[in-house]
Amino acid sequence: MTSTGEAVQFWVLAVVAVGGALGMVLCRKAVHSALCLAGTMLALAVCYMAEGAVFLGIVQIVVYTGAIMMLFLFVVMLVGVSSADSVKEVLKGQRVAAVLGGIGMGVLLCAGIANAHLRSFTGVGAANQASGGNVPGLARLIFTQYVWAFEVTGALLITAAVGAMVLTHRDATEVKQSQRELAEQRVRLGTQVTPLPAPGVYARHNAVDAPGLLPDGTPAEISVNPTLRQRGQMRQLGSDVLRRMGELESGAAHWLGRKTPKPRSGSELSHVGQKPEQQQREVESK
Amino acid sequence: MNPVNYLYLASLLFTIGAVGVLVRRNAIVLFMCVELMLNACNLALVTFSRLHGNLDGQIIAFFTMVVAAAEVVVGLAIIVSVFRTRHSASVDDTNLMKL
Repeated sequence: MTSTGEAVQFWVLAVVAVGGALGMVLCRKAVHSALCLAGTMLALAVCYMAEGAVFLGIVQIVVYTGAIMMLFLFVVMLVGVSSADSVKEVLKGQRVAAVLGGIGMGVLLCAGIANAHLRSFTGVGAANQASGGNVPGLARLIFTQYVWAFEVTGALLITAAVGAMVLTHRDATEVKQSQRELAEQRVRLGTQVTPLPAPGVYARHNAVDAPGLLPDGTPAEISVNPTLRQRGQMRQLGSDVLRRMGELESGAAHWLGRKTPKPRSGSELSHVGQKPEQQQREVESK
Repeated sequence: MNPVNYLYLASLLFTIGAVGVLVRRNAIVLFMCVELMLNACNLALVTFSRLHGNLDGQIIAFFTMVVAAAEVVVGLAIIVSVFRTRHSASVDDTNLMKL
């Protein structure tokens, strides 16, 4: 008989393990199933350690709950977290038959174990001590008696890795266009041959959502990222800013001896040409 | 407590996993049920190792874990590629050999 502590541990962990397994089967969402299965695997890992298989317990935690369950969760995220099972039965009465068959199989298994007359057990402690611990004992067996199986396992793992890469590989459906082809296409379409203008840089706003200004002072919408434009997050420049820009432009034109361009539209440019002397003085004083 | 109780637990978990494989339709959950069955086998093997007092059962459980890891890699790759062509992870939708 085992110790009382192990009995308590077993009954607690058995409930956790069976509850996790039932939760995995009964949960409709794949994520919940994966988390329930992770709980079951952790409970089983503690069971392994209680049975003297310390190395397997650690491997169970690292490989199963650490690697395999995370792989499952990755695939669940890839396929879609919200992908719930359909409740529709494709085969009539299949679920009832499956549950009945499962109960029958469980009864048969348990009856077989109960008939086996396993009254006493040897315990793995002596086998562990013979090689100086659990890990040295396993290592001795793996690299002597089971070395051929170990080699085949390596081949299996490599095959699985290559197989996964082959299965998930996707051929490119179209040839990627080179820079020259892209440039020729731009010229042929004739929409925008030059690079797009940069967004505006002002004293108060230099973020990408502020549009740059055209020479006549109107904001150039094309300078703002199309995503921001579609979301309606383009910063609207106030009429105040536009008026000051217009003044600066007209002052510069006067200073350079050009004719003041007629503003395209908008009342915001109505102050153009009001104080050219002041602007000129400011520019000259710099 | 007799260690045979671990065997009962293992057979119970194996049964739950088998019923899950038959009942569920989502391919990922199906795979999880197979993993549960493999884990139940591992528990039985570790318990056998304890009953007999040698480490061979633990070695076989170790190899089972390796094979399970390889199986999961290939199986999930198949699920992902089927999902790409079918846009569904349900095993009922995969009823043709080709697209």
